[in-house]
Amino acid sequence: MHKIMINFLKYRWIYFLISVIVIGAGLFSIFKWGFRYSIDFTGGTNIDYQFSKNVDTKLMNGIIKEMKIQVLTQKMEKDRLTMKTKVLDESTNSLLKNSLENNLKAKITVLKYETVGPTLGKEAIKKTLIASVLAIIGILIYMSFAFKGFNFAFSAVIAMIHDLLVVVGSYSLLSHFFGAEVDTMFVTAVLTTMSFSVHDTIVIFDKIREYHNEQGSLDPESAANRSLTETMVRSLNNSMTIVFMLLALTLMGGSTIRFFILTLLIGTVTGTYSSPFIATPVLVWLEKIRKQK
Amino acid sequence: MKIFKTILVALIFLALIWVDVPESIKTKYKIPSQINFNVFGLNVKKDFTTKLGLDLKGGSSLIFEADISKVKKEDLNDALNSARDVIERRINFFGVTEPQIQTVKTGDKYRLSVDLPGINNYEEAINLIGQTAQLTFRELPDDKIATTTPIFAQLTKETGLTGIHISKSTVEFDSQNGQPQVGLKFNKQGTELFAAITKRNIGKPVGIFLDNMPLTAPTVQGEIPDGSAVITGSFSTEDVKKLSIAINSGALPLPIKLVEQKSIGPTLGSTEVSKSVYAGAIGLIMVLLFMIFYYGRLGFIASLGLLIYGLISLFIFKAIPLVLTLPGVAGFILSIGMAVDSNILIFERIKEEQRKGKSFDIAVRLGFGRAIDAIKDANITTLTVAFILFNPLNWEFLPQFGMVRGFALTLAIGVGTSLFTGVVITKRLIEIFYKSKLNA
Repeated sequence: MHKIMINFLKYRWIYFLISVIVIGAGLFSIFKWGFRYSIDFTGGTNIDYQFSKNVDTKLMNGIIKEMKIQVLTQKMEKDRLTMKTKVLDESTNSLLKNSLENNLKAKITVLKYETVGPTLGKEAIKKTLIASVLAIIGILIYMSFAFKGFNFAFSAVIAMIHDLLVVVGSYSLLSHFFGAEVDTMFVTAVLTTMSFSVHDTIVIFDKIREYHNEQGSLDPESAANRSLTETMVRSLNNSMTIVFMLLALTLMGGSTIRFFILTLLIGTVTGTYSSPFIATPVLVWLEKIRKQK
Repeated sequence: MKIFKTILVALIFLALIWVDVPESIKTKYKIPSQINFNVFGLNVKKDFTTKLGLDLKGGSSLIFEADISKVKKEDLNDALNSARDVIERRINFFGVTEPQIQTVKTGDKYRLSVDLPGINNYEEAINLIGQTAQLTFRELPDDKIATTTPIFAQLTKETGLTGIHISKSTVEFDSQNGQPQVGLKFNKQGTELFAAITKRNIGKPVGIFLDNMPLTAPTVQGEIPDGSAVITGSFSTEDVKKLSIAINSGALPLPIKLVEQKSIGPTLGSTEVSKSVYAGAIGLIMVLLFMIFYYGRLGFIASLGLLIYGLISLFIFKAIPLVLTLPGVAGFILSIGMAVDSNILIFERIKEEQRKGKSFDIAVRLGFGRAIDAIKDANITTLTVAFILFNPLNWEFLPQFGMVRGFALTLAIGVGTSLFTGVVITKRLIEIFYKSKLNA
């Protein structure tokens, strides 16, 4: 029976090159600019005041300066003040609020006042890293078992690490150019990418496994190419549905989750990309080595 | 037989809708969102309301750090648990329905995390929680009038003797009847105060109150100069133990210090939520249209399956009840994506079988069978990740913060439900729809 087969693997170097460029840009950004860390990690105080009327910004800044409050970032939009300061205790906050209210003759509604200790961030990151490593081990064990071989599991994890690098790297770029901050939401997004990446890879690997079982004589490359040809439509369709969802949320959703959703979007795209173009070539390469032995 | 099955399915469906209908929708007939009945003496009470987390409803999240420098190592756990209970009692007294209070040990630091959804006046909450457990001794006022009121209500006059005058509280047993009782040991100032109080109240009751809740009101037999007292009553040993711990936390207060505080005003929360819900709805409609456009009749069936998926998930969220947060909603959306994926996988397999020249009936059967491996493996890995993130055993070295856990829980529920709807429900729907077509 004749089957259409596109030789996807012929262009594997192009895929690798694209990945190298994207990850390279991300890594460059990480080492050059690093990240903007949210208060979750640096510790400090977030303040969001809503004034009852427009106020004199100069006068306001004078009062803040006079109170010796160390402001990290500050934004004034009409009658709304958002600022991030070094840790500000509750009494200083109410002092500041009262002082601003009296001097500027405007009432203040406190939309946000949050203080975080810096130690929480380190712990959270450490714990999440441990959880991720455990999750990777879990994936390796389960896939080795389900696919009766370590090569499948290893390739899937390589693709996953690729996706994590893409997401983290591009977040550094987002952080530098658009002011995205590393917070717990970002951590969540990275973890989502992690699970989605493997989820997506497994579907293609399932197909390759089938060829493995049915036609043991088929060489790894042809089996992979056939599988890719047959799963490409589902990969695209599936990603499309998730992209629809996330795009709607990015464009229209609330502003506090925008970068979170955007990161998920990047994760979905790279997760879909890496399954056929990273995981599969790596698997074929590993399988060839195995057969040569 | 078939009719019973249909009726059963219809009933389940109605039950799902009944639970899922938002409380905010006003209908002519009031829809009760609560089950409350008795079965064989067992009271079944279930409240089906949407619990919104701090980020959606607004509220306060407080983390207190306990100063353990003055607590003996063997008393540490008792003291922490007691502090937790004290805080919970206070919050309940404050009128918050769903507080989440946990003791958190991180490194060598002991913390208490207090989540209060829906509280906007956080200063009041902090003051309430942050104050020391207040044990007070009260006597009858000089001008007592009413005698029909319960004795505890009559004891209104503060004596000035409080928990700070207690140096230790212990579990004791009455030497005569073996009844468990709480022993109190006063410090020097407390001893003097207690002696004076007992002296002027001989023959009258003195009440002991913990956080304004009456504990006991014994009648004074004579002056007690040695600085010790007992709280007796019909207590079980367990009660006495708890009471003693509670008093100890008041008497030997484990000082707690606020280290993290978060609050979001409801204005901020509600716009975020409504925007995101709106955006999510549009995204979902696009997904459904895409499925119908691309897969035609099958896509329509998948859309129906997705709706049922939504109903079941929402039912589970409300039944647990799960406190919904924005990352939780994100986890849910991701699981929708994965539910759609299951359908696409199946449909592509069906198409594949059809291309091989199989009849539709056989293609459906084979397609499902072949897709199930991929669906199973993909979802199990996702569940593995969700399980580790949720940290169900509350291991110290894994994330213990709410956001990540909320995300993991909705993701796990979503993936679990999608396994069911994507495979079982969609298959049934295809059978029903195509059978009726064949019969027609």
